[in-house]
Amino acid sequence: MLSDIEKREIEQELAHNHQKRGAAPEALKIVQRHRGWVSDEALRDTAELLEMSPAELDEVATFYNLIFRKPVGRHVILICNSVSCHIMGYPGLREHLRARLGIDFGQTTADGKFTLLPMVCLGACDRAPAMMIDEQLYGELTPEKIDEALASYAK
Amino acid sequence: MEKPLTKNIRRGEEPLDLRGYERAGGYQALRKAIKEMTPQAVQETVKAAKLRGRGGAGFPTGVKWSAMPPLEGSRHPRFLTVNADEMEPGTFKDRLLLEGDPHQMVEAVIVSAYAIQADVAYIFLRWAYHLAARRLQAAIREAHAAGYLGWNILGSGYSLELHVHSSAGRYMCGEETGLLNALEGKRANPRTKPPYPQMVGLWGLPTVVNNVETLCCVPHIVNHGAEWFRKLSLTADGGTKLYGVSGRVKRPGLWELPMGTPLREILEEHAGGMREGYRFRGVLPGGVSTDFLTADHLDLPMDFDAPQKAGSRLGTGTMIVLDDRTCPVGMVQNLEEFFAQESCGWCTPCRDGLPWAARLLRAFEEGQGAPGDLEILEQLCWRLGPGHTFCALAPGAVEPLQSALKYYRADFERHIAERRCPWRA
Repeated sequence: MLSDIEKREIEQELAHNHQKRGAAPEALKIVQRHRGWVSDEALRDTAELLEMSPAELDEVATFYNLIFRKPVGRHVILICNSVSCHIMGYPGLREHLRARLGIDFGQTTADGKFTLLPMVCLGACDRAPAMMIDEQLYGELTPEKIDEALASYAK
Repeated sequence: MEKPLTKNIRRGEEPLDLRGYERAGGYQALRKAIKEMTPQAVQETVKAAKLRGRGGAGFPTGVKWSAMPPLEGSRHPRFLTVNADEMEPGTFKDRLLLEGDPHQMVEAVIVSAYAIQADVAYIFLRWAYHLAARRLQAAIREAHAAGYLGWNILGSGYSLELHVHSSAGRYMCGEETGLLNALEGKRANPRTKPPYPQMVGLWGLPTVVNNVETLCCVPHIVNHGAEWFRKLSLTADGGTKLYGVSGRVKRPGLWELPMGTPLREILEEHAGGMREGYRFRGVLPGGVSTDFLTADHLDLPMDFDAPQKAGSRLGTGTMIVLDDRTCPVGMVQNLEEFFAQESCGWCTPCRDGLPWAARLLRAFEEGQGAPGDLEILEQLCWRLGPGHTFCALAPGAVEPLQSALKYYRADFERHIAERRCPWRA
């Protein structure tokens, strides 16, 4: 069941769409904001609000890089693997993150704190190499800066 | 040197609010257009200014607008959609305009929407631009309260609603018709053209899709006239251009310069040249979907026509520099992996051809490249090229590949001869 607040937020989005399904990406993001990810059950309930079939909504959900259909940690690390970051040292930073967290891409640390994902261009190429943790952007990365950033997430 | 697009932007500072923007001359173009000009007159001025699309394709903006059906007998609502998806790797120019001067974007949308008589406008925003989303929402609220948006704008009888749509991250959303599908809550697969969006666009209704930087030029054209805009440029295409540089240069960044500024000036003066210990080998001049240019091309004016004559494109005008300590094969592998991942899978050449190209390039990097592979890559460049696919993703994907095979062929051959990547320790 979607919570009242989730329903309210989704209904606000419906208002500025010509047809309800236009709000699909935003509705999925609302659910994800509240739960961290989109479960089968949440997907089914959201589809009902949008007057779509669950299959139609899942088609949309699985299309986007930033809609998570599996549980993630409390914080999601998105490290940019596109070309400017590749040139500026992404491969070394990827290995550093893997070793530091003890996980591979797509995995979550045992304490449920961090999920590590590769991500296409973040639009911060003048500050490459870059990563994002939740909505916070980090640029001009070095292994030391990554450690500092990770340490700032207390829980 | 005039810098109309960035004159209000102070990096690292909060953008101008409504009052500040008005004090800097903001919303004058809106008043002028709505009160003194017909929509047709705004279109004609933009045409005469020789404004061409800054999203990569360079289509003349006024011509795009004039393909909207006449108002009489038109179906409604009519839409203006701002392409602020900016997912082209190496591209970070629209971010500056959106974060740095959100009211300029809002005014640009209103004036442009008026020119095509749109009823509703959407700003389709790259998922990662959280700060831009907040600032745009704030600017839209202020503009509404001031009577610049909503019902009966400044008593003119013209009305417009403006919404921000934050995407959830997929390269295909930047393709014009993919973007429209995404806004309809579908996968962002491309649509066949024709019909063009002006006739059958969002929800099947008349729609124009324009890039952020393109639209931000419009209020300045309305304020100062077409001739002034044309004279900002060094060449035949009007206006200024945001040029960006990333890679191993001394000062990666973004600058508003006259359209047609030479490549050498951008790389050497503005970006400061190569960092100590690195040598220039080439550049993707406008995002990853453009062909490499080399040291032989440094004196090219970076307008729309000159790079095209040299076998490349201006694209987004944000450049990625290849240095001598980066393996060109590895760089192109990175690009093709990106394109293979981001292909929507709608048409076969792209869905199957891009992973094939990426696999072959990976084999080179792992010392498994064979002499015949170069020919297969060349064939793929043709099979994925213009005319063989629904949209421009695959033809864009082979631009850096085909030019790398031309300019860095000896490097590919070294990978085969030495059975390893010479750049790997």
